[in-house]
Amino acid sequence: MATLAIHNARVIDPGLGRDGIADVVIVDGRISRVGPDEGSAVIEADRIDATGLVVAPGFIDLHTHLRQPGFEYKETIATGTAAAAAGGFTTVCAMPNTNPPLDSRAAVESVLREAEASAVVRVLPIGCITRGRAGKELAPAGELVDAGVVALSDDGDAVADPSLMRHALEYSTAFGLPISQHCEDPSLVRDGHMHEGWVATRLGLRGRPASAEETMVARDIALAELAGAHLHIAHVSTAGSVALIRAARERGTHVTAEVTPHHLVLTHEEVAFDGDFGSVHYKTNAKVNPPLREEADVAALREALRDGVIDAIATDHAPHATMDKEIEFDLAAAGISGIETAFGLSMALVHDGVMTLPALLACLTSGPASAWRLDRRAGLDGLGTLAPGGVGDVVLLDPGATWTVDASRFLSMGRNTPLDGRDLRGRVVATVAGGRVVHRLDTVAAL
Amino acid sequence: MTTEAERAMELATAHASTAGEGLASGPVWQHRDVLDLDDFAREEIVTVLDVADSMREVLDRRIARVPALRGYTVVNLFYEASTRTRASFELAGKVLGADVISISASTSSVQKGESLIDTVRTLRAMRADAIVLRHASAGAAYLAAEHTDASIINAGDGAHAHPTQALLDLYTMRRHFGDLAGKQVVMVGDIAHSRVARSDLWGLTAMGARVVMCGPPTLLPRGFRPGERPAHAESALPPVTIEPNIDRALEGAHVVMALRLQSERQQGGLLPSLHEYAQRFQVTAKRLERAHPDHLLMHPGPKNEGIEIAADMASGGRSIIEEQVTNGVAVRMALLYLLAGYTEPFPAAGDGGA
Repeated sequence: MATLAIHNARVIDPGLGRDGIADVVIVDGRISRVGPDEGSAVIEADRIDATGLVVAPGFIDLHTHLRQPGFEYKETIATGTAAAAAGGFTTVCAMPNTNPPLDSRAAVESVLREAEASAVVRVLPIGCITRGRAGKELAPAGELVDAGVVALSDDGDAVADPSLMRHALEYSTAFGLPISQHCEDPSLVRDGHMHEGWVATRLGLRGRPASAEETMVARDIALAELAGAHLHIAHVSTAGSVALIRAARERGTHVTAEVTPHHLVLTHEEVAFDGDFGSVHYKTNAKVNPPLREEADVAALREALRDGVIDAIATDHAPHATMDKEIEFDLAAAGISGIETAFGLSMALVHDGVMTLPALLACLTSGPASAWRLDRRAGLDGLGTLAPGGVGDVVLLDPGATWTVDASRFLSMGRNTPLDGRDLRGRVVATVAGGRVVHRLDTVAAL
Repeated sequence: MTTEAERAMELATAHASTAGEGLASGPVWQHRDVLDLDDFAREEIVTVLDVADSMREVLDRRIARVPALRGYTVVNLFYEASTRTRASFELAGKVLGADVISISASTSSVQKGESLIDTVRTLRAMRADAIVLRHASAGAAYLAAEHTDASIINAGDGAHAHPTQALLDLYTMRRHFGDLAGKQVVMVGDIAHSRVARSDLWGLTAMGARVVMCGPPTLLPRGFRPGERPAHAESALPPVTIEPNIDRALEGAHVVMALRLQSERQQGGLLPSLHEYAQRFQVTAKRLERAHPDHLLMHPGPKNEGIEIAADMASGGRSIIEEQVTNGVAVRMALLYLLAGYTEPFPAAGDGGA
């Protein structure tokens, strides 16, 4: 019996309402006991001294791009999950914008096989809404469910046709699957490369207006109500979207939502400026869809996360190769390699007094698990919590530790982060997936 | 002749040793690249215009040729079609004795997928001193400048900037008005898609002019009106007035600048028709009656007569459109000369200049 005992941590388990000094004992990949001095009761175990550290359930990411199959020059399942482990994530939901896209049983199974072979954390695939992500006809949802997908999404290409989206939502109710939509109306963002506003004007770039997102959020909420379906809004980025989601939830619509760490902290100024407004830059590492928005949007997103209007922090980890980014701004790929900086960046909300540490951790653990009811899936009982008998996924955190982001040392192949060289406060020091230590800084002491 | 080339070298060396220290007196010039006018102090613009004066004098000589930039290599790298800007840079370089070659995207390895960074590095490896870049992508000149130590001159990057056009506009206005402080400059037309308008805005406001932008709401950029940007970003865009009504905009104008209207704007759904645009925004003699009696009419070219500007206007008495073109050569000569390391105006004829 393989036993891991983590001693003397501040155990924060938001899903079960626990916050106090305790030991966590994991036996054969499952949580065995959580409580004061439980570790000492175990005779033979690998032991970690977590004095001064926080232990929480392993993080769950509802929005990860692992790029395999098809784009192995950007990321692989092996490197992407290693990066996830370094970021504290023990479960990642993999987006289907691969080549081939995950629109068939065979494609989904190939990802699961590769994950079995090379992933260091759990990979839950997301299937396509439409065949080939082309927005023309429905992908075979039943077949995808049988293969193991946990949600449906066409990822960066929103389903533009309202009628098709309506039917996708209706059809999904047969399986109780969430449909995750990247809400930006394609006709309103065509040729747009950053948030439409004064920074885009300064840079001479066409914009992607906030209303491109908001009109589609409003449309899809109405369609979800018509269909009685579960709509999940991917990476909410505007104050207007927040208001729409808030109102929908108040009237009982089954709509859930996620927000990325970068949308919670950074604004469109990140694209152009370094400190002052004297001259401009064209920072492709800050190019992302939906784009970084304005201060008022950041404030609204933070409030929504605090109030529970947004369920989860999701990374939208989007690794790209240098050749995709070190080119003209309008030609550069959109996306941020963010899974290794997600916790440190999100901790700004705790440091800024927006929410408590347990509340923030809920958005990375029980929040995403219950938004998509992942904990009700076979073998995943207790996911997102430290419930005895549940999966032995935990993360060790040092919430006060300051560290400097060094993209060249990312485990992800994607070094595309606007945070390179920046100090973040809050660090993942070790990650345990299924009772196995999959990430550990040198500073973490064994007992 | 040789002595002058030597002098150029000496000056270049002297400049290199003082660069970055800030010149306490004398002409101010701190640029390795010319990307836009947003990072030009007023004094630097004055330096360019003063040097352009001496270049204009050279240009007006019977034999307009001096060897100041002998051994200096200028490459025009044009990813977008251009007649006047490209010819203007070619002539500017040639008048100063530089070696000038021009590459257009259709004949270069761009077609084979070579990246902009590779192309710029390759040209530098061939010892290009200055690369004049025109590109459809906003920010292309910035990307190039980050990856080479050759001087990059932005000859137009997407809808972002066209600083040499702005400098020639400022130079042309200065020749007529002397001081631009307090002068009212009205730009009419497609401001949102105009790189000329953006660069002109920085230059004009740095020189103390008041700028009014006029056009249909679909062609006006966002961010300039009160409330469109936060208080901390007040300085992030120049102060301008937006006035969609052309008659009110032209009231008392010292300079009226008509901007080119691309016919794509109609297909893009931004305008009902070119005819309606002309009805409401065309610069006509009648409308110009509201402008200052000594107003000047300008256009960055190429112009659509009968659309943004009435056919009889461009060659009319208040038009200085052709003069802008001549001055463009002088200003580009000045920029090449400054980038090569000189900071003083070119010696006048009789000072050993020719």
